[in-house]
Amino acid sequence: MSSRAASLPEEGRLRSLVDFYSTQMRTSVVAQLQYRAANYFYMLGMVAEPVIYLVVWSTIAEQHGGAVNGITAGQFAAYYIVWTLVRNMNIVFGAPFWEWRIREGRLAGDLLRPLNILHYDLAYFAGWKFVVVGLWLPIAVGLSAVFHPDLHTSALEIVVFIIAIWGAYFVRSMFQATLGMLNFWTTRGAAVFDLYMATEMLLSGRLVPLALMPGWVQTLANFLPFKWTFGFPIESLVSNLSTRSLLLGLGAQVMWTVIGYVLFTFAWRAAIKRFSAVGA
Amino acid sequence: MSESVVHVSELTKVFKVPEREAGLRAAGKALIRRKTRDVHAVEAISFDIEPGEVVGFLGPNGAGKTTTLKMLAGLLYPTSGEARVLGHIPSRREKHYLRRMTMVMGNRNQLQWDIPALDSFELNRAIYRLRREDYLAMRDELVELLDVGDLVRKPVRNLSLGERMKVEIVGSLLHRPMVLFLDEPTIGLDVTMQKRIRTFVSEYNQRYGATVLLTSHYMADVEALCKRVIVIHHGQILFDGALANLANEFAAYKTIGVLLEDGSAELDSYGEVISRDGDRAVLRVPKAETSRVAARLLSEHEVLDLTIEEPPIEDVIEMVFAQSR
Repeated sequence: MSSRAASLPEEGRLRSLVDFYSTQMRTSVVAQLQYRAANYFYMLGMVAEPVIYLVVWSTIAEQHGGAVNGITAGQFAAYYIVWTLVRNMNIVFGAPFWEWRIREGRLAGDLLRPLNILHYDLAYFAGWKFVVVGLWLPIAVGLSAVFHPDLHTSALEIVVFIIAIWGAYFVRSMFQATLGMLNFWTTRGAAVFDLYMATEMLLSGRLVPLALMPGWVQTLANFLPFKWTFGFPIESLVSNLSTRSLLLGLGAQVMWTVIGYVLFTFAWRAAIKRFSAVGA
Repeated sequence: MSESVVHVSELTKVFKVPEREAGLRAAGKALIRRKTRDVHAVEAISFDIEPGEVVGFLGPNGAGKTTTLKMLAGLLYPTSGEARVLGHIPSRREKHYLRRMTMVMGNRNQLQWDIPALDSFELNRAIYRLRREDYLAMRDELVELLDVGDLVRKPVRNLSLGERMKVEIVGSLLHRPMVLFLDEPTIGLDVTMQKRIRTFVSEYNQRYGATVLLTSHYMADVEALCKRVIVIHHGQILFDGALANLANEFAAYKTIGVLLEDGSAELDSYGEVISRDGDRAVLRVPKAETSRVAARLLSEHEVLDLTIEEPPIEDVIEMVFAQSR
């Protein structure tokens, strides 16, 4: 073969991966900054959901002498204001969007590149977090001024919380990606995705703090991935969990990330053989 | 002979396509028993491409061109048969292979829509693990070759189709691939832009010795770039050889252009008159009779000029497809 056709030399693997993540995250920030107004409207829409929960539970708490199951209106306020940050942190490339990715030919483009497809999504949405957290701060200040959260936290809890919100991001990324593989078998996966989302709503602490759920639901939630993507990160900051519980929670996040990754890898290998790339 | 860059043997791709009749009853039946049909997109094709060759892959819509390209690029798993590119099995999608090839799809945009192409190029640098100095040198070279200039600083969504295709090509070649699969790279572009891209592909091929497999519906692309063509129809190869031999093998006629002293001379008895403009006429004549008709014209008329040509390549391709029906 002609020596002129030699490929360009490559950088080392680890250094390249770090370089890719920082570049993709920067690219994501640049892309998001193109649409500042859209981002703010998105954030306002995002805040609507917890504010409704917050108003409902605060009202119930006041009607029950100031607390529900020992949770005061101020603690509900803390829970749902932290909720808004956790929700923004655990937004990932959702399962239904795999259909868009396939239909629009985006997947074909991604497959031509020498990188595991998970890295694109993880890095892109990680970069996006920096934009939404920046936008979230004034909203959190506004919500605090209105609802007066009761939040007493330690340095350890803050550190665990920072790790846990990224852990939640990884766990959710893996499971949404695995679920997204369904799009390779059917173009009508919406019913399954809706069922998954409904289960997540109930068993994650998104709709209702898990402390208010029946005992058996709380036990079940401990053995499923959902709680570790929502309830645990929030509680790590607002619920004064023991050091043991905090570390066990982080351990559970690592475990579910690994399980999710293994499931995704198996599903991906089978799925990609079915990829027909029609129109892509 | 050197080792083939692309080796394809008995390569086959069959798609299972669901189908049913129209109407409520058929829809109900399909709920219980879904019917599928096998579509043989590519059927046991074989060919080899040598290093540095530029090969035109021709065929009508649905012939199997893009499916073949996608199998070679690792996007599709073959149903059976063998494909090897640069010694790799494409469907394994090994990173080392993906770093040495590229596929450009004329109707698909792989750059990020909302940001300037420069940002997407930077991302490709990281994805392909390029050293910064190599990346900058290659980027600047490609930008100059394609005359892209400041277009790389505009958000991709603000570029015209032709401009987008040029920056798309720059992005796809930053890692200096050794094999290029180009699927309709000039589709929808104006003549000037088509020519610019053709010139670029030729320049890239000569500069880096890259191997190119190109599909295009524009015969000007094929004539300008490809000495060899592979013609595919209904998933099967109908012709694989020099472009120059295609007409010899498939064209049933040649054209004779004559410039006569007497422009009013009757020419219908010599062949089909395709065009007539004063003293100048173009005749379509069965290939076997070309010499005899030319001799008759020369002996029976005052001929000022006479040329015998193969039919236009578009017509030849049409004849190839017509003969395979």
